[in-house]
Formats: sequence, structure tokens, C-alpha cells
Amino acid sequence: MPPIVDPKKCNGCEGREESFCEEACPGDLMYVGADGKSHCHATRDCWDCMSCVKMCPRNAIETRIPYQLGYHKARLTPIMGKNSITWKCTDIKGQTVTYKYRNRLDIKD
Amino acid sequence: MPRMTHNPQSLDAIETVRVDCDILIIGGGNAGCFSAVEAAKVDPSLKVVIMEKAQIMRSGACSAGMDAINTYIPEGKTPEDLVRWCRSQVGGGPIREDLALSNAQELNESVDDLERWGLPILRDENGKIRYRGAWDISIHGEQLKPIMAEKALESGAEVYNRVACTQLLMDKGRCVGALGFGVRDGKFYVFNAKATINATGGAAGLYKSYTADATDCHHQIWMCPYCVGTGYAVGIRQGAEMTSMEQRWVATRTKDFCGPVDTISVGYKAPIINAKGERIMQSRYAHLGADKAPRYIRANAPMEEWLAGRGPTYCDTRGMDPKLAEQMMTDYLNERPSFVLFLASRGQDPTKEPIEIYGSDPYIVGGHTQSGFWVDLCRMTTVPGLFAAGETAGGNPNKFVGGCAAEGKLALRGAASYIMDLVLPEPDPAQVAAEKARVFEPLLRGADFDGLLALEMEERLQRLMDEYAGGTSQFYRTNEERLDYALKHIAMLKDQAKYLKASDLHDLMSVHEVIDRLDVAEVLCHHLKFRKETRWQGWQTRSDYPEVDPTYDCHVESRKNLATGEIETFTRPYEQLVPGDRYKP
Repeated sequence: MPPIVDPKKCNGCEGREESFCEEACPGDLMYVGADGKSHCHATRDCWDCMSCVKMCPRNAIETRIPYQLGYHKARLTPIMGKNSITWKCTDIKGQTVTYKYRNRLDIKD
Repeated sequence: MPRMTHNPQSLDAIETVRVDCDILIIGGGNAGCFSAVEAAKVDPSLKVVIMEKAQIMRSGACSAGMDAINTYIPEGKTPEDLVRWCRSQVGGGPIREDLALSNAQELNESVDDLERWGLPILRDENGKIRYRGAWDISIHGEQLKPIMAEKALESGAEVYNRVACTQLLMDKGRCVGALGFGVRDGKFYVFNAKATINATGGAAGLYKSYTADATDCHHQIWMCPYCVGTGYAVGIRQGAEMTSMEQRWVATRTKDFCGPVDTISVGYKAPIINAKGERIMQSRYAHLGADKAPRYIRANAPMEEWLAGRGPTYCDTRGMDPKLAEQMMTDYLNERPSFVLFLASRGQDPTKEPIEIYGSDPYIVGGHTQSGFWVDLCRMTTVPGLFAAGETAGGNPNKFVGGCAAEGKLALRGAASYIMDLVLPEPDPAQVAAEKARVFEPLLRGADFDGLLALEMEERLQRLMDEYAGGTSQFYRTNEERLDYALKHIAMLKDQAKYLKASDLHDLMSVHEVIDRLDVAEVLCHHLKFRKETRWQGWQTRSDYPEVDPTYDCHVESRKNLATGEIETFTRPYEQLVPGDRYKP
């Protein structure tokens, strides 16, 4: 079921010409509907690259593994830092693991 | 980019945008970004334009990130050593050693560029780069694509995001740019350039993925599904010579998810086992190098086990130290993050339960295997003015991130010297008008038109290729009769393109993507038909010619005859430039 947008959190990036998720999606799959919320118009075509999830400023998008391949309801959430990323993963048994590492070097020009 | 709210009612209502430049780069991925950066170094006055189907910050094969740079030459080894390894990985060749060597000579500098730009490369306590195999180094590459894209933008290249390429712009047999349309704004774009670098991705989605049988599972594939082979298709249509299209990239992947397996089996030394717990690489492929056997052997091995009734197959991660397992999960989070989610969705701890593996659907790529344009050392294709870099340039396998970056630089240097004293010709109005009409026709056919959806044709093609041209369901095997059947039906599909219709711009993109896939699939089948032997099991298996035949120790080439429309196949000799045993690294 990739990706799921939480309409309570999503505001369609009000004020932006296009929302962050529709800007990021390499497959041109996201759009802001008449309801002012983001949607994915072809979930079958999603690559699960999670670019939209990482870009969302309101943490309103979640990637799910299609049920045909994995069971309900594991979660994986990225929290983007300035030069690091933190991932929280919860499995179907409710166990949570956190991974944090640096994804950018500090470059002094 | 603002979205077009209503479909245009007529061709006249569609705005045409003309952009003149010195060098056009089609595709703002790895190779394309490096071309742009190199242009600013070679000559800052060059006007460089990037035409990108998505948004370059998170587009294409690198959009999810990367966990390793698979080729970085360590101290004490030489570019020639890397070519020897490349050659052995494709069963002793034939490869283009001239191209491989020139990439190898540029490669470390390109990786160093990435580190200077902010990419974390993992080092040990003495500051030495940490190798996880003979040539590959670990990175935290979650930000790889944004880092490259930022540098391309800083270089001054003008980027046109969300513009899909549909055709090359030609002038008396010479490529002078490209044509395409805005997938958001619905405008028609004419890029007029003195030289064009074709740096799109490879081709995914020619074959059916074995998970495509159910809702939302269609794109559980390894290669970026938005790379559909457009770069190859636009060249094929202008009669460019293609090389080694029959050398398909098939890899062992995690079953049902299609995530990388070398990360586990080579990087973390988890042996490949079958259902009986036998270490199959050691027991059956010791004579070929066991776990270090050539990549096609490793890709084919699990499938042979399934065929012989000894599946499922696994990477035995049981007993892996939890710290090491955490590192492995971090690698995945850097490249295919949803694999960690996939394991969680099965409630699976890999230190207690092995990770199941299986073969992938086949892809056409020039970065891992060597399908693509036949190019000269300057990376110019046989179409003057058209250069190729990365996945589209053929003959030179195992390029990966560093090699594609290096090739982006080399292609730019080739293009920059080619355009010296060249005058930009005026675009041919008849050609522009004809392409504009062809591009938008499926959108203008109207809601009542009794036609076909791109999706219907895509699925028909994918099933055809899977069953007749050696897909996963057939354990990669094909024969003369099946290929003839595939070619007959591809011809019918090509004829049916006149029934394709689109209800919006996204659909229109899908329509042109499936048309591009048909052109690539046709050429691929001709190549598979020509090579009447089995040189690389799994990548190229002919059940009617199961042995290696020395007659085919050469490059298989093709070219579309522009007068007849036929695909003509022929050979070019293999030239060994780097001394040594071809079959050994």
C-alpha cells in the first residue's frame, strides 16, 4: 500500500506551487487533489523509494509494503536532520529499532 | 512546475518552447550531473541544458540513495587490474577494453569529487577507506542524488525538470538536440544543441516482474521503474548502432522485494544456501570461484537450485553478530530503505532466520552489464553529435556509480571538442511539427475513442517478454521459435500503438514510455536471436544452443535500417588490450 497520506496531517504544502511530495516523486505519482491534500494516483507504480516520505515537512506520508508481500502493520519512519538521518522501524510484533547515522559531511568552502 | 489543469483541445493550443544551447544533456542522473560539472571546468562559457523527466534532486536510479561505490581502485592496484576483473566478471568478455580502461583511469577522481561534495565514505580508525570486497567501498549514500544535483545546479547548467524526451532532433544525419514535452505544464519543448549527451537510465519493465500478479506489487523491482529505455529508443529510431543488447542484467535479489544481495552474500559474507542447507557456491561452483564466481554465475545459481527441486534458496545470515546485522540494515536504509520495512512486515530477524533470495526480472543496462550504444573513445555514438554516458553507453560493464560519473566527464570532454567551430543549425520546422503531432495525438483522441491504455500494452509486452524472451518464469531460457513468436507479436504491438490513448499528461508519458519499451524489446530479441550459443547463463541462455560457441566470441551489434525499418544484426571483433588470462581477475 505505498504510500499512504494522512489527511489530518497533510495540508498539501499550502502556498507552494507544488507540494514537496509531488516535487520529489521520480514517478510523477503524487498530486494535490481538490480537497487540498496529497494523493498517489497509481500505488501500483510506486517504487517505495521513500523520496516523498523524506521530503514531507509534516510527516504526513508513510510507505507500506503491499499486503501481498508483507503483513499488517509494520512501520518505517525517517526523521531528517541537517546532516544526519534517524530511522525508526517497528515490526509486526511491535518491536521498535532506531538507526541514526550521518548522511552528509560538513563541507567548508 | 505548475500542472496543466485542462487537456488541450487542439494541437494549436499547445505552446512550443524553444531552448538553444551548446550542449544538451538528456537525463540529470549520475552521469548527467557529472557532465554538467565537467562542462563548467572545461569552458565556463558553455551553455549547458539538462532535460530531466523527474526532478533532479530525487530522480531515477539513485533516488532512494546508495549503500556502496562498487568500484574504487585501492592502493597497490591499477586501472588495468580493474579491467581484468571487469572482464572476468563477464566470463572473459568480450568487452570494450579501451572504454573500460579510460573509465578506470578517471574513476577514483570522480569518487573523490563526491566525498569533497559531502558524501560520507566509511573509513577505519586509521582513516583508511573501508573495503567490503575487492573493489567496493561502503558509503552512507542516502543523500547521494541531492549532493550530485546541487553541484550540477551550482555549475550553472540550466535544468528543465519534468520534461520527457520523445525524439532526437536531427539535421542531415547529425543529432542537433532533442524534442519532448512537459509532463506537468503540457508544453512542447524543442532543445536545439550543438551536441547532445544521452545520459538517461537503462530499461526496466520490458519483462514482467514475478510479483506483478497482484495489486500494488507491480514495481517490486530492482532497477528504477521510471527508467524505461527511452535513451536507447530515441537512438535506435535514428539508426544508431547498438551493442551487446543480449547481455541482460539479471541479478540474485532478495525474494519478493528485489533488494541487493551482494550486500549480504559478499559484503557480509553470508553464504548462499539451498533448501537442504548446502552451501551451493562452494559445493557446485568452486571451479568458477565459489562466492567470487562471475556475477552471471551467481545470479543463475539459485535458479538452478529451484529448477532442480532444491529451492527455496537463502543467504544464511543466521548467527550473524547483531552489531554486524545492524550495519547491514544501515546499508539497506541507505539504498533500499523499504527492505528494512519489508523484514519488519514479516516479523523477521535475519540473525535468527535466513534471508530468502531469487533471481530478478531482466534489465537492459550499460552500467552493470554492457548493453547500449556503440561509442568511440570520446563516447560519441555512430550518430554524429550524439554522445552517450552511463547506462546508455555500451561495451563497458561494471561501471556502477564511479564509472558512470567518470563517463559523464569523458562524454562532456568529447562533446566540447566536437562542437568547436560548429554553428547551431535552425531546427527543421517540418520535423518539429511532425513530432509535436505524434506526441500529443494520444491525448487529443478524446474520451470516446475506442482505444488502448498504456498499462494494457505494457502488461501485454511484459508477459510476452517473460514467457518468450527468457524472463523469470522461464528461468531465463529462450530459443529460436520463442524469439520468433516474440518478434511477431512485438510487430503487432507496434502497429497497435495507433490505438493508444491518454486521459492526462501522466498517461501521455506512460504511452510514450511503452512505445519506447517496444523499440528496445524488439532490438533485444534480435540480439538474443543472433547469439546462437549460451555465453552467460542467466543473462543469456539459449536452450537450443546450451554451450559456448567460439564463433560468437565477438560483439553482437544491430542497427535499424532507416530505409526499410528492419533491424540488421552483425558483429564486431573483440580486441584484447589488457594482457593476462581473460577468464581470471
